[in-house]
Amino acid sequence: MRLPRWFHLLGSPPFVYGFAGNVAPWLGAVSCVLLAVGAYWGLVVAPPDRVQHEAYRILFIHPQIAYVSIMAYVVMAVAAGIGYVWRIKLAYAIAVAAAPIGASFTACALATGSLWGRPTWGTFWQWTDPRIMSETLLLFLFLGYLALRAAFEDRDKADRVSAILAVVGVVDVPIIHYSVIWWNSLHQGPSIMKLDKPSISPEMLPPFLIMVAAFTLCFFWLLLNGLRGEIVERERDSRWIRQLVEGTRG
Amino acid sequence: MTEFLRMGGQGGYVWSAYGLTLAVLVFNVWWARHRHQAALERARASSEQQRVGKRPTVRQIE
Repeated sequence: MRLPRWFHLLGSPPFVYGFAGNVAPWLGAVSCVLLAVGAYWGLVVAPPDRVQHEAYRILFIHPQIAYVSIMAYVVMAVAAGIGYVWRIKLAYAIAVAAAPIGASFTACALATGSLWGRPTWGTFWQWTDPRIMSETLLLFLFLGYLALRAAFEDRDKADRVSAILAVVGVVDVPIIHYSVIWWNSLHQGPSIMKLDKPSISPEMLPPFLIMVAAFTLCFFWLLLNGLRGEIVERERDSRWIRQLVEGTRG
Repeated sequence: MTEFLRMGGQGGYVWSAYGLTLAVLVFNVWWARHRHQAALERARASSEQQRVGKRPTVRQIE
């Protein structure tokens, strides 16, 4: 079977570098607009919550950031796994680009959750909460991935060994998702992603969903930005990079 | 306006959460740009080195 031309282009570093450079600014612009609209809607337009009053407004960022942190992990693990099985350098580059974004989003999810937990649950942190713990484990998986890579001088070796860690760590993803169902948690059960009608006030749903879209696009924007740097780093001695840097010499 | 910023006494939590999130996003944009520029700089240095290395020496021309 002949594969279409675009499929081969996806394996070409110069093509992906250029493509990412063309798409990233658009993703950045759209995600920034959505973030601004969502923040305004969530902070100003949406009414206060009957039980949680104003503190609930963290609802418009915290679950979205947590969800993106999980998505970042899945992207990292799948890319690293593809790189390992088919020995595709670009796939490894995607995994490496996703790691710092995922780590910072995971830390941000824990911090915003903490800031939300204090006024609503009366505590910043709860060691026995399964969702907090499984999300904390996710942070350590990201940091472990980055630390493991840093321990190897040889990039190919770092790629292969860290890919194994990334793929094994995927077991944490369903644990985070089902933690609120399997165990007792301070976190509520699913209220949006379920078969039934979402159990959220209709006035709060639009900014919630806008922020889901905003943070998702924002992640891919950041991923493409990181990927470009990683491609240059890996292709440093190739002819097209040399032409690229010589062309831009001042 | 002050009332809006206070958020019924919970403003500290809400604004810290939003501010922190903004800081994380700005950091990620900066980090990617910084890494990209540094990689281009290294590539430039490496290509410069190769060009200098390939330049024929006096002995070779003889």
